Amino acid sequence: MRSLGKGGRLGVLGHPAVRELVTFGGCQWLHGCGTGPFPARRRSSVPLVTGPSGGGPDSRAERRLRPLLSGPMAVNYTAKEEADGHPSGVGAAGGGSGGGAGKSRKPDNTAFKQQRLPAWQPILTAGTVLPAFFIIGLIFIPIGIGIFVTSNNIREYEIDYTGTDPSSPCNKCLNMSWNSTPPCTCTINFTLDHSFETNVFMYYGLSNFYQNHRRYVKSRDDSQLNGDNSSLLNPSKECEPYRTSEGKPIAPCGAIANSMFNDTLELFFVDNETRIPITLNKKGIAWWTDKNVKFRNPSGNTNNLTALFQGTTKPVNWPKPVYMLDSEPDNNGFINEDFIVWMRTAALPTFRKLYRLIERENNLQPTLQAGKYSLDITYNYPVHSFDGRKRMILSTISWMGGKNPFLGIAYITVGSICFFLGVVLLVIHHKYGNRNNSADIPN
Amino acid sequence: MTSQVSLESYLNGNKQQLDFTWEVKANDRAYHKQFKKRVAFCLTRKKYMDNAIKTAKYNVLTFLPLNLYEQFHRMANLYFLFVILLQTIPEISTLPWFALLLPLSCLLLIRGLRDLIDDIARHRSDWVINSRPCEILVGKSFCSQKWRDICVGDIVRLRKDSIVPADLLLLSSSEPSSLCYVETADIDGETNLKFRQALLVTHKELVSEASMAAFDGKVTCEEPNSRMHSFIGTLEWRGEKYSLDGEKILLRGCRIRNTETCYGLVIYAGFDSKIMKNCGKIKMKKTKLDHLMDKLVILIFMMLVITSFCLAIAAGFSAVKFHKEHSYLSVLYDYTSPAEQAFFTFWGFMILLSIIIPMSMYITMEFIYMVNSYFIDWDIEMYYPAKDTPAKARSTSLNDQLGQIEYVFSDKTGTLTQNIMTFKKCCINGIIYAGSENSENKPSKASWSWNPYADSKAEFHDPSLLEAVLRNEDPIMQEFLRLLALCHTVMVEEKERGQLVYQAASPDEEALVTAARNLGYVFLSRTQDTITLSELGTERTYSVLAMLDFNSVRKRMSVLVRDPEGTIRLYTKGADVVILERLCDDEPAQAFTQLALDSFAKETLRTLCLASKEVKEEDYTEWSKKHHEASVLLQNRAEALDKVYEEIEQDLQLLGATAIEDKLQDGVPETIQLLKNGNIKVWVLTGDKQETAVNIGFACHLLSDDMEILEETEICQMLEAYWVSNNNLCSSGESLCALQPRPGSWRQGRMALVVTGDLLEKILGTGEKVKQKEGFWARLACCKTRMQPVATSSMEKAFVNLATSCQAVICCRVTPKQKALVVQLVKTHQRAIALAIGDGANDVNMIKTADIGVGISGQEGMQAVQCSDYALAQFRYLQQLLFVHGRWSYLRICKFLRYFFYKTFAGMMVQIWFAFHSGFTAQPLYEPWFLALYNVFYTAYPVLAMGLLEQDVSAKKSLQFPELYKVGQKNELFNFWIFCVTFLHGTVTSLASFYIALLAFEDKVGSKATSDYQSFAVTVATSAFLSVIAEIILDIKFWTVLSFLTIAVSFLFFCIFSLFTQNFFVFRKDPVLFRFPDASKNALTDPYVLSIVLLCVVVNTIPSLTVRLLRAITGTGAIQDKVHSRGTRVEDRTVEMQSHFRRRSLLRRSSYAFSHKEGYADLITRGASLRVKGSKNRGQVSGSSSQDMQQPAREDVLPSTASSPSVFLQEYK
Repeated sequence: MRSLGKGGRLGVLGHPAVRELVTFGGCQWLHGCGTGPFPARRRSSVPLVTGPSGGGPDSRAERRLRPLLSGPMAVNYTAKEEADGHPSGVGAAGGGSGGGAGKSRKPDNTAFKQQRLPAWQPILTAGTVLPAFFIIGLIFIPIGIGIFVTSNNIREYEIDYTGTDPSSPCNKCLNMSWNSTPPCTCTINFTLDHSFETNVFMYYGLSNFYQNHRRYVKSRDDSQLNGDNSSLLNPSKECEPYRTSEGKPIAPCGAIANSMFNDTLELFFVDNETRIPITLNKKGIAWWTDKNVKFRNPSGNTNNLTALFQGTTKPVNWPKPVYMLDSEPDNNGFINEDFIVWMRTAALPTFRKLYRLIERENNLQPTLQAGKYSLDITYNYPVHSFDGRKRMILSTISWMGGKNPFLGIAYITVGSICFFLGVVLLVIHHKYGNRNNSADIPN
Repeated sequence: MTSQVSLESYLNGNKQQLDFTWEVKANDRAYHKQFKKRVAFCLTRKKYMDNAIKTAKYNVLTFLPLNLYEQFHRMANLYFLFVILLQTIPEISTLPWFALLLPLSCLLLIRGLRDLIDDIARHRSDWVINSRPCEILVGKSFCSQKWRDICVGDIVRLRKDSIVPADLLLLSSSEPSSLCYVETADIDGETNLKFRQALLVTHKELVSEASMAAFDGKVTCEEPNSRMHSFIGTLEWRGEKYSLDGEKILLRGCRIRNTETCYGLVIYAGFDSKIMKNCGKIKMKKTKLDHLMDKLVILIFMMLVITSFCLAIAAGFSAVKFHKEHSYLSVLYDYTSPAEQAFFTFWGFMILLSIIIPMSMYITMEFIYMVNSYFIDWDIEMYYPAKDTPAKARSTSLNDQLGQIEYVFSDKTGTLTQNIMTFKKCCINGIIYAGSENSENKPSKASWSWNPYADSKAEFHDPSLLEAVLRNEDPIMQEFLRLLALCHTVMVEEKERGQLVYQAASPDEEALVTAARNLGYVFLSRTQDTITLSELGTERTYSVLAMLDFNSVRKRMSVLVRDPEGTIRLYTKGADVVILERLCDDEPAQAFTQLALDSFAKETLRTLCLASKEVKEEDYTEWSKKHHEASVLLQNRAEALDKVYEEIEQDLQLLGATAIEDKLQDGVPETIQLLKNGNIKVWVLTGDKQETAVNIGFACHLLSDDMEILEETEICQMLEAYWVSNNNLCSSGESLCALQPRPGSWRQGRMALVVTGDLLEKILGTGEKVKQKEGFWARLACCKTRMQPVATSSMEKAFVNLATSCQAVICCRVTPKQKALVVQLVKTHQRAIALAIGDGANDVNMIKTADIGVGISGQEGMQAVQCSDYALAQFRYLQQLLFVHGRWSYLRICKFLRYFFYKTFAGMMVQIWFAFHSGFTAQPLYEPWFLALYNVFYTAYPVLAMGLLEQDVSAKKSLQFPELYKVGQKNELFNFWIFCVTFLHGTVTSLASFYIALLAFEDKVGSKATSDYQSFAVTVATSAFLSVIAEIILDIKFWTVLSFLTIAVSFLFFCIFSLFTQNFFVFRKDPVLFRFPDASKNALTDPYVLSIVLLCVVVNTIPSLTVRLLRAITGTGAIQDKVHSRGTRVEDRTVEMQSHFRRRSLLRRSSYAFSHKEGYADLITRGASLRVKGSKNRGQVSGSSSQDMQQPAREDVLPSTASSPSVFLQEYK
């Protein structure tokens, strides 16, 4: 246990000579090494002055010697030590030479290092927070009411034309498959009680349709849709198993494209048994960026889409290839807006997608006046197997979008809760708050 | 430390010990080069290393592979690597490859950079060390080379004060007999010199460089090992064999002292040297929070697995449905069964949900730890100008624990005290002379001019005393000073003319002798039987007739001298109780002296009484005979001697009393008071004697007069009572309960415990045998035989219970091992965080054992600092370290953790909710880039700023209100409960963000957003991101520029990266990578989406705000409470003060303390320690006494006689 001693008050013993002697004595005792020549020799030279700080009880002398003794470590076993600049290495003093440089290791007295950065320390008190509650309440309730009123002013009419109900005209088409020929058609008559004054948006809605299914979502090739010619003929593997059909690449490939909604909806105003078709605008239903940037037809020397799509085949479920989706060239191929809308997958299993626009033609007449209408459906799209629903929705639109009671109610509710909380907290504050206002520690 | 080393070496070195296969041939490099050592398979390397050391881990080529290998040793990184590998399987790849790879590679990069910087520093320091100059014998002469050039077998010349470069065999030195003195402070912390001696034959023969060059001896010894203190080998030279042992070896790292030159043969070089073999791996200490965090991460992982599993089962069922019913999907399921599908989905979810594991938490936390450590290094409040030493956080991962300390274990000497004794006051013949307190009156040099021997550094100066002394009229005063100069065991050396250097066994003695010297009674020299003084200029030589040594029972020492005039006088100094009862009756000054002692004791000065008497010649001769008889007794010599001493030490005449101050370090009492106010219990563990320890306890306000001080007997009683009750309980089959509270002081905790090492040993059962002193121990012993482990641990537990219910605990006369044991005991039984602070090698065990070890730098050797986690220059800096840095660090880390978990949950849990609406197909909700950037770029900086700079109250207030510290001790800021709440909070946030968006999107359309997946993802992501930012805005209580900046940067990054990853340019480049072209732009310009986002943020913020406000109003967990409690505590204190004064008169505490050990007088009278020719061999005669002496005489070694000092204090009461 020799190393345990720090050499302390070993006055007499601390003297090197004595220490040697003693150690030696011990050794002799233990090993029985007899009287060797050692004792005499040891005695002969005694380091007097500089040695004994260890044993030296003279603490002042010790202090004086300290810089000598505790220079940088002899061997820096963990080199990090040295790199760090060893704590008590007493500067750069190497063996008492003092290291020369009077560079102090005093830390910089800067605001950051001393953690005295100027700071703003807001204290949450009833005085500052309670108004916030009331303000939130006061803002949210009007917003909520505004949204709610706006939403209520929106005219919306929805028809479920799935045909699950046996009485429904579309019941006969219920078990249609993708491209049965001839297509099943049905007509649903309905009456609008109120006229639709502004532009009307016509949506189709699907429910229980998992457009957000992971492998479904992935099953497309954006490069192909972006007009990349190599991807056109060699679609991404993601499209499997709708990548090729009969040895030819599918354009557009993938499950999403393959399952494109292909019912055709036509709207007629029934005026005394005469059916006046309503103009359904099929352009402008997709995001501008999608239509103009994200989706592009393959490029080539010709404008003939048929030629451009040479070597590809149509998706399995489609009755006709992609370049025959529409007659107008700027709405055909990959930039067909119905296609683009479909390709923008829905977030949730119940969704609606914009199908057509009905623009107000003049200011004298409402877009859709109240009265009888009939909806002609070319029923191609099978949803019955998975218990899905197909709907047609007619809706006007406000700055907030379509009819949406939820958001307005939510705003009103949250606003009221805030207000209510504010009141409750105010009461609590008055009950408890006063007792320790003064005891706050100021900083 | 040694014990560890030896144990280790015992365990691993047994085999090696036997084979002596290490052969070293002097001056023969080629010989060593031929030996190869097999490392692995057919790889070999040189058997004999060269002296270059390499602590750096990497070089240019190995950095990348090695560093990556090291980094992937961390479970978390490995897990993420695994997940990333999983992602490459297309079937289950739910996230694109970069979503996890990007953050992971960021983390790896940052850490790799840090390692690189560290390693460069190591390279640099290696280079410095390896380039140290040394002299190697090359050919026929020594030439100056570098350390790295040294090879085994070389002969090296070392000069004075140089450092030994390798393990050397000492061949010869310039000193007579080839002695060589080394200082091993850097190896074992001992600052005393040790000597090494060369073999006689090499000493005689190797006298010139030529003979050195011709030396061709061959050393055969053990293979390199870590046994520092053993070396066995033989030297074969000229056909003869000489045995070698550790006394001939100079170890690498020692420093040569007092030796002009010496020559050594390199035996072990570089990493083979003992010190290098000895530097084992530093055991990483982990903090409480670390452990909790590890558990939490595992918990999260388990939750993740379970969730994935459940979702996968659901996916299996939905797969059946999809396959059968959903015509547009059924082809996708054609080739997999639902079970397979479930299996794939399980892994898909594992990948998807792995983002819930806070990957970047560790690295961010490390960064926070690091900067907080720098704050400690930078703190000017902890900079000690006197030694130019700033504080140093050597460990960068324990800062938060500094805020949770419950126990501080402190060493005494060097830590609490400066180990400087100053002569403060004295009472001569009833008159008190007190040195001037203020330094203004400090005597000028001139005032000492009358006394050539005066030590001008002495602090005691009382002009009136000096005047009285110089008047030289009062015989009592003369005697008093003469006694101080005569009755001691101090050794003197005359350095230069008149420069006396005293070396005393105890600093007290030195202080007394120095005081006498400054007052003109100078102790000049001593021989075996004379002492020469200079009394006011006249030299007088006293012959010493006998020295009646000090021991802990006698508590006094006497010297019997014959003065030059021929009168025999006995001079005695000792504890007041001992001296006062030996006085001849009716001293007039006695009452005054007692009063003086009282007042000295009140000031916690160490007192000694001085007395003398004249001894008649015939009495002496008679006594001398008895003395001689007793001293030659073979049995019970000590007792007999004591009896003889007792005879002559009677009818003394009281001369006066001295008061010595054991100087405390600056600010110790204040710091201890502060620690106590902060509910930190301070235990003093010292090797010192009980009286000294108690005295210091009072001096540093650890103990106060109104405390009931429990000592050995009381402790035994209490433990016995406990044991009995416990035993009964045991028999009746009930569980253990805490100690029976004793009425009164027990309950109030106004107790202090003073334990000695012996008692400790008994209680802790470290001793081999339990002494069957009392029935209790006997019963304990038999209990031990019956059910040993239970008894021991319950006894330990009882002791710990008792000790921890006391206000202060002082353990004296404990060995370093016991120090560590006590720390361990408290750590295990109390589950408390313990801090150990010490300065010396004897504290190393304790420092290593404690949760946090603090080394006082710049006092003794480097050992304590080297093993410590924090190095401070002064004890008082502990307050700054704990109350400011510790508390802040704890606060920061806790807030950081809470928030980090929150933001991860709040941001990422939506994935789970989305699974319910996407047919359990593990479709990620967020844009992959959002996932990839969320943790590293979007939300990392504000929380980082909080972790770096958060403060609840300023440093000044932290010290003013130590009560605030209790928060950390109770783990209030982050614990499992808070984690659960955080988890809940995060879940609620994610639920709100998700379902509000869902309700708003389902079958509805906005003006632009068309309830499509991308708009939905952007909406939820934005609301989650904003909610999380709003939360931290509420969380930050200390808003600096940096906080504002980081939040701005977060927004900026969110915008920039959204813009960048969602523009058409990159989309065209790679539509698979950048799938969300213009999604944010379209969605976030839609008022509908914006109002959803606003709603989400408000809904998420309101509860948090409400709770915060409620807390602020009701004051729970707020500062106010603590301030309130402070008010009550102040009242307490006044009560305390009253009782203090009331009890003052009842109890006079003896503050006798004298850190002396017996045996020195013996040494002196035998002349063993005196450098007088002809008396050399005497010291070796008595083996036992040299054993005693061999023990380093600092506080940590127990004297061989076990005494019971407690008796003394009790007697006095």
